[in-house]
Amino acid sequence: MIDRAQVLHVAKLARLALSEQEVGQMSRELSAVLGHIEKLSELDLSGVAPTSHVIDVVNALRPDEPRPSLPRDVALASAPEALEQGFGVPSPGAS
Amino acid sequence: MSDLTELTGAAAAQAIRSGDIAALDLFEAYRERAAADAGDLNAFTWVADGPPSDAGAGGSASDAPLAGVPLAVKDLFCTEGVPSQSGSKILEGYRPPYTATAVAKLAQAGTTLLAKTNQDEFAMGSSNENSAFGPVRNPWDRTRVPGGSSGGSAAAVAAGLAPWALGTDTGGSIRQPAALCGIVGVKPTYGAISRYGMIAFASSLDQAGPFTRDATDAALLLRHMVGHDERDSTSLAYPGEIELPRGVDLRGLRLGVPEELTGEGIESGVREAFNATLALAEQLGASIETCRLPHAPHALSAYYLIAPAEASANLARFDGVRYGLRVDADDLLGMYTQTRAAGFGAEVKRRIMLGTYALSSGYYDAYYGRAQQVRTKVAEDFRSAFERFDLLVTPTAPSVAFRLGEKTDDPLAMYLSDVCTVPMSLAGIPAISIPNGLSDGLPVGFQLCGPAFSENRLLSAAYVLEQALGFDGSVARRTGGDGAAA
Repeated sequence: MIDRAQVLHVAKLARLALSEQEVGQMSRELSAVLGHIEKLSELDLSGVAPTSHVIDVVNALRPDEPRPSLPRDVALASAPEALEQGFGVPSPGAS
Repeated sequence: MSDLTELTGAAAAQAIRSGDIAALDLFEAYRERAAADAGDLNAFTWVADGPPSDAGAGGSASDAPLAGVPLAVKDLFCTEGVPSQSGSKILEGYRPPYTATAVAKLAQAGTTLLAKTNQDEFAMGSSNENSAFGPVRNPWDRTRVPGGSSGGSAAAVAAGLAPWALGTDTGGSIRQPAALCGIVGVKPTYGAISRYGMIAFASSLDQAGPFTRDATDAALLLRHMVGHDERDSTSLAYPGEIELPRGVDLRGLRLGVPEELTGEGIESGVREAFNATLALAEQLGASIETCRLPHAPHALSAYYLIAPAEASANLARFDGVRYGLRVDADDLLGMYTQTRAAGFGAEVKRRIMLGTYALSSGYYDAYYGRAQQVRTKVAEDFRSAFERFDLLVTPTAPSVAFRLGEKTDDPLAMYLSDVCTVPMSLAGIPAISIPNGLSDGLPVGFQLCGPAFSENRLLSAAYVLEQALGFDGSVARRTGGDGAAA
């Protein structure tokens, strides 16, 4: 059901490198799980509003006032590469 | 006091306040047991190496309500300066610069941080076998799983390595391990406790909650955790206060038994314990009737689309840039994909793939959109049931603790462990699991759920049942801490 090409496409969207073995495994396992989930298509859900959130809160706003935040050195302390007071990353290159 | 670690959290806090025991002695008693656990249950990812510097006997903490009682905390709660990895290799070495609100509020109430507990990676799992720190074992039988994802917290409390602990519940991750380990676990109403500082799995479902030896301790921890937090815009002001449960009977309480969650697929030993507890509740004055939750059988399918979809978005932040692991590569995309390949475990990858697929162009309406509609129907089912009933009751998990490795090759079988707990999560309503007996020597859990913000009603009913059931969890506590309590 979920073939190799689909697995590779989704892995690319998810920024996930998969080994050859993982591609095969994902194809089998996702197909099995989605097969079970297919049962949802038996339900008549016409006109049912979707629920994205269970509590009745809309747009919790607060005044837009500057407040102290994490000091820069603390925010950078866990970074694999801190560079010129920012996060260092490899070049985006050609990809 | 001969054995400090046999005190409940409430009793220990009382004893510290009255000067009968010293907070430092209590901390040290637990710290020794927790530190000795390393090769046994594997319940912890970090244990304090000494008493907290500000918990001196007679210090300011001793008049706080939870006065110097140690607390174990699931790894995914950020704790300032203390390793917090959510059970994942991708956050190796991460020590957050801030503390989660739930933990900070309990610290203000007087608890001291004893340890961080092992868990399924990013809270994805029902057996605690998906941890970068290795599996946790069940103190009732070390060849079996403690449940998950908060398996370390459950095992630690059951084995008496901590008086109480914090966990999180997304689809059952507090209630199911509490059931499998023979202790009390509460998933509060969505929004009751701030999620600030919890490393997110599925934001519309995640809730923090307590693992305790009894309902009174659960109430005590909840009381000090609930409330609005300006750092979590989905948190709410709790209406009223969490009260310490009292009561001697269940007179006037209307209990509903949903057919869909109590029939097929429930193991016979679990069913027997469930029926015995129903009979007991009736003797205590409750009225019991069956009811229907017609969409509950579809809740699991909806959950396994919604939770992975939200997870696939939440886990995008682990990209080797700001914290944790990085695998070097020639270009940025290569660094992302290699870092994530090396840092995430198999189940996390599976859920990211599932969630990304469900959200991807062409499939969104058929999967994610449909799941959200089912979520509406599940919540409506509960609402109409609560017009006739005060609480609904089910077994917490369909089976007792299963063997390590038994379900690791079959994701679908593993997901079915959550069949009785997921519907409440989708509806955002509170639920509690209490131990209600043994089946073949292993604990069974009894789940009660109620409308949003019915925690006091749930805790009272749980308290009355627990008094009548008289479940003895001391058996498991004697096996923990390297025989320290023997």
